[in-house]
Amino acid sequence: MIQNANPQAEPILTVRNLTTRFRTDRGLVTAVDDVSFDIVAGETVGIVGESGCGKTVTSKSIMRLLPEHVTRIDPRSRIMFRGNNLATASEKTMREVRGDQIAMIFQEPMTSLNPVFQIGWQIEEALKYHTNLNRAQRRQRAIEMLRLVEIPNPERRVREYPHQLSGGMRQRVMIAIALCCEPDILIADEPTTALDVTIQAQILNLMEGLKRKLNTAIVLITHNLGVVAQVCDRVLVMYAGRVIESGTVHDIFHRPQHPYTQALLESIPKRGKREHGKRLPTIPGIVPSLHELPPGCRFAERCRYKQEKCVNEEPELLESGDGRSYRCFFPLTQAPVAPTVEGR
Amino acid sequence: MSLLQVRNLVKHFPVRGGVLNRIVGHVHAVNDVSFDVSKGETLGIVGESGCGKSTLGKMLIRLIEPTSGSIHYEGKDITSLSHSDLMPFRRTMQIIFQDPYSSLNPRLTVRSLLKEAIAFHGIVPRAEMDDYITELIRRVGLRRDAADKFPHEFSGGQRQRIGIARALVTKPEFIVADEPVSALDVSIQAQVLNLLMDLKDEFGLTLVFISHDLKVIQHFCDRVMVMYLGHAVETLPCLDLDEQVQHAYSKALLGANPIDDPDQRRPLTILQGDVPSPFHMPAGCPFTGRCPDVVDRCRAEMPPIIERGDGHRIACWVANEEAAQPAAPAKSIG
Ligand SMILES: Nc1ncnc2c1ncn2[C@@H]1O[C@H](COP(=O)(O)OP(=O)(O)OP(=O)(O)O)[C@@H](O)[C@H]1O
Ligand SMILES: Nc1ncnc2c1ncn2[C@@H]1O[C@H](COP(=O)(O)OP(=O)(O)OP(=O)(O)O)[C@@H](O)[C@H]1O
Ligand SMILES: [Mg+2]
Ligand SMILES: [Mg+2]
Repeated sequence: MIQNANPQAEPILTVRNLTTRFRTDRGLVTAVDDVSFDIVAGETVGIVGESGCGKTVTSKSIMRLLPEHVTRIDPRSRIMFRGNNLATASEKTMREVRGDQIAMIFQEPMTSLNPVFQIGWQIEEALKYHTNLNRAQRRQRAIEMLRLVEIPNPERRVREYPHQLSGGMRQRVMIAIALCCEPDILIADEPTTALDVTIQAQILNLMEGLKRKLNTAIVLITHNLGVVAQVCDRVLVMYAGRVIESGTVHDIFHRPQHPYTQALLESIPKRGKREHGKRLPTIPGIVPSLHELPPGCRFAERCRYKQEKCVNEEPELLESGDGRSYRCFFPLTQAPVAPTVEGR
Repeated sequence: MSLLQVRNLVKHFPVRGGVLNRIVGHVHAVNDVSFDVSKGETLGIVGESGCGKSTLGKMLIRLIEPTSGSIHYEGKDITSLSHSDLMPFRRTMQIIFQDPYSSLNPRLTVRSLLKEAIAFHGIVPRAEMDDYITELIRRVGLRRDAADKFPHEFSGGQRQRIGIARALVTKPEFIVADEPVSALDVSIQAQVLNLLMDLKDEFGLTLVFISHDLKVIQHFCDRVMVMYLGHAVETLPCLDLDEQVQHAYSKALLGANPIDDPDQRRPLTILQGDVPSPFHMPAGCPFTGRCPDVVDRCRAEMPPIIERGDGHRIACWVANEEAAQPAAPAKSIG
């Protein structure tokens, strides 16, 4: 299967054939379809892909945080963590795992903090649940955590309410809560998207430090490819619920195999004089609706290299032996194929 | 001649407090900002969250009343025009709002939304309205049936296009685009930027483009104005921004931006110190608390804006002093 950066190391989390469906008024939709990956301690895995491709649903499936009455995780799915299959684990097991062993930073931090409680109290609640510290020790630890995420005057800040903090500070409080129990795995869903670059840099630095200090494994979901290039070891590229390519960050950025990955990279504005003011390459068309998935490759309709085979048959996820995999009949760096669509 | 001339623009928002709800102070959102925009030019505005970009943008088209200062458009002072005298400018000057969702009336279909503006400004005769709308919707890259949908039926990127269509419907000459691509993923961002570039070519639009992504600004704009805490601290052409940039805050913005290449990883610039509050403005340069190059004078006195030639303007004591001393061997003349 998809190998990690260090093949000797035992993965801490093994996801196999994860398939998550939702019941909707237009029928069942498969938002995450047969997703598999591993992650080892101390590694950062990035998940990228267009809005709606299933990044958040993948991570919330691992945490089992999706609304139960409409969600169906396929029974074939396996999410192996410390000998448990989280796909089928009891709610009691999940409560021990969540926060304590696997923590998540949510995409909307503003809605995840409780506006009526002081932030110190919110951190201490998490500590109460997951540690044996007494009250005074918990306060002490909460202050230390705020200092760790570089919030100035933490002694004073513990007594403040969320609305008294700036957006960047609130995001850092969320990170402090996620980290206060020293989780084995941190899942960060767009942790810096709402922030400007100077605060983003602080948060990336912080996550880097934790990885070094505590050997935390990080799953980083983002649409900022610069952030991925800066901090990830490996990358999964998703499209319409499927992993369409995975590999080391260097392979993905410099030797993409899937035309979608290539097109995504091309659409980033480039710095430099030659590119200044030029039109950007774009991907024509839109992502297919989950209600009307095509029989062939899900990207075929928009692919500049599409052949007849792509429209009729869906490619399997293939491993190329060097730790990478892709879901494409005509991968880019293999036998060159002529583009079927003119130009870019 | 410049299309837009902005001089010493200031905006202070009153802050109320206490049981009597009296004014207890002011937020200094925009402080003494001056600049020109030429016809057909795109001026980028960059700076961290809360530095006054949106407030400035809204003042330019008179959606927010300035506290002081002046705005001239095509040589005419529009700073204190009455509601009725402002009408022609309401047509020629438009804005694409930062948040495409909350800025669209949820109860109006795209067609009725556009019709309102067309009828109000008498853009085309009633009989040609539907054709005009169809063409506009095609132009911003939406499908034909989009006209009869409501805002909530669109994705984020599509809503942003509706916001663009709403701004274009009056055939404006000047547009303030407030973070038009910040909420979008890269592939949709590229589509929207291309669309704006096409419209610039086609209609000779003049744009003020607000963003916190310097990379997007560098690609898209002719010049950039860097704002910090309501002040314009540096303005320079985008073409050779990397080499020319001088202000420590502009450099920090460049250094904190990750490069899209795993082979070019580098330690990102981390700014130490806190952002001062716009409620208690420091006496000197607003960046002193976080500036690595700070000298005594910076704390005492606000640096003046110095023109460095080639459209490069900077407000920084350190940079000014370096420029004043002929440190580098002077070029021999002739
Ligand atoms: N509760 C739900 N019921 C039905 N469909 C859902 C539900 N939650 C998510 N989906 C659908 O699942 C798909 C994947 O959504 P997901 O939130 O994982 O996207 P994402 O990759 O995180 O996108 P973004 O970058 O916009 O956050 C989408 O098509 C979404 O509409
Ligand atoms: N109506 C208002 N009343 C009081 N203060 C305001 C008002 N509008 C804006 N402000 C304040 O003025 C300052 C500048 O706000 P503005 O929205 O212009 O920032 P911005 O640069 O656009 O930020 P962002 O990048 O987050 O959009 C902020 O401190 C803000 O809180
Ligand atoms: Mg998401
Ligand atoms: Mg704004």
